[in-house]
Amino acid sequence: MSKISDSVLQPGCELRRVYDGFWRYAIYLFGAISFIILLLIALFIFREGYPAFQKIGIWQFISGLRWDVSDQAYGILPMIIGSTYVTIGALLISVPLGIFTAVFLTDVAPQMMRSIIRPAIELLVGIPSVVYGLVGMLMLVPIIRQSGHGSGDSVLAASIVLAVMVLPTIVSITEDSIIAVPNAYREGALSLGATRWQMIWHVVLPAAKSGIIASIVLGMGRAIGETMAMIMVIGNSIIIPDSIFSPARTLTGTLALELKYAAGLHWNALFATGVVLFVFILILNSFGFLMLRGKNK
Amino acid sequence: MAVKIQIRDLNFFYGPAQALKSINMDIYENKITALIGPSGCGKTTLLRLMNRMSDLVPDTRVEGQVLIDGQDIFEKSVDVVNLRKKVGMVFQQPNPFPKTIFENVAYGPRMLGTNDKQALSKIVEESLKKAALWDEVKEMLNKSGMTLSGGQQQRLCIARVLAVNPQIILMDEPCSALDPISTLKIEELMMDLKKEYTVIIVTHNMQQAARVSDYTGFMLLGELVEYAVTREIFNVPKDKRCEDYITGRFG
Repeated sequence: MSKISDSVLQPGCELRRVYDGFWRYAIYLFGAISFIILLLIALFIFREGYPAFQKIGIWQFISGLRWDVSDQAYGILPMIIGSTYVTIGALLISVPLGIFTAVFLTDVAPQMMRSIIRPAIELLVGIPSVVYGLVGMLMLVPIIRQSGHGSGDSVLAASIVLAVMVLPTIVSITEDSIIAVPNAYREGALSLGATRWQMIWHVVLPAAKSGIIASIVLGMGRAIGETMAMIMVIGNSIIIPDSIFSPARTLTGTLALELKYAAGLHWNALFATGVVLFVFILILNSFGFLMLRGKNK
Repeated sequence: MAVKIQIRDLNFFYGPAQALKSINMDIYENKITALIGPSGCGKTTLLRLMNRMSDLVPDTRVEGQVLIDGQDIFEKSVDVVNLRKKVGMVFQQPNPFPKTIFENVAYGPRMLGTNDKQALSKIVEESLKKAALWDEVKEMLNKSGMTLSGGQQQRLCIARVLAVNPQIILMDEPCSALDPISTLKIEELMMDLKKEYTVIIVTHNMQQAARVSDYTGFMLLGELVEYAVTREIFNVPKDKRCEDYITGRFG
């Protein structure tokens, strides 16, 4: 029988080791690229936005009520409020709808319906933003106009469109966290004489809580970042909306609408808006992912 | 001796597969009845029929009757939610809810509409005492039920069942996930419980069946092969298959 030293000390192993090492570092590099891209984007926005913070002042920029390019007045509070309103409006619709849809899919629907509805919801993700905007513009806005509340371009229209857009995020993450609730909890509740509804409400949903919160936070991040569909249905007036039928403007909308003719301080102010958005969404998403990870511990 | 549950010509099917074959069985009140038999013999299926947890599995069919106090529980007009309040269940894996110890026990009474804090505290204390867990947890009722040891969790689950004031307690291999000392505690507890409740236990552990039960049923391939007083089953089994199983020749 051959000794083991014959094969482990075979010549030619070095080359293979070098080859293996090369690929390992190459894969490290590929892995790092996505992080480097994020870093470069952040650097770029911060570099372009920084002069605006310097000249206007961070607090004046964020709390300023006027955004008037001809007057060199750059305050983004109306847009912050606009973005906040549509996000809250969208969540008011999509959170209950999303949670109940997820419960329906996991604990109520028969297999047949599940296999139709789940892919349908997932398809919603693939529809381009501009198509949502178009549908909102051609269907939703006229309905609101006919109801006699202004032009129809409004926080309400934007909230409804946005609600449909974030629905898949909320449904799929909530659904995953409900599926992860051990069946033993369900059996425990039912065997104590809980109705199906009591089981879901008192045991399943509380056990899935952190996943549900994560889905809301991540949905919120998506809502704040949405641009195109918002521009098409919200009216884009730089005012603080006083009702849900009032037009408004979002942070992202300002960037998209004005960047192509901006120069000088205006240019910097738009990038500073980008910085605000970037930081905000970064915080939201980090929080959301932390909640998700906390659940798995 | 009063009969609590009468099982009459019971057949049960998962889809086309027959899991129980014309079971006839009388289960006596305030006794412990053990169901033994090799894996897949249908003993857990039979147990889960007694509070209709079997309803949760789709595509199943029941023939025959399970009468509790003379009432057929598969009759259309029977409310399964109320049935389960009277026929509680303890599972193989302890499954406390991710709530505090107090809330775990209070869960059932709360569902029944008791919200008064004092009344709940009283029920929780009594139930935990009956489940022989009170002394170990009375200082930490607000801690999560998940922080307890496996044996404590199982007694917490028993307390949770007792809190809804059942008459029958079904136990599905309640000790198979527990160490010997915790097992002993649960067995002692069962001896206590039978004074007030009718207890039915499925177990793989034949010593356990011999130690705690008054009656034993031996099942094989969906049939109740032999059912008698425990002492007889273990000392003078009538059926050859039962004797083989008990003496460890198969299973």
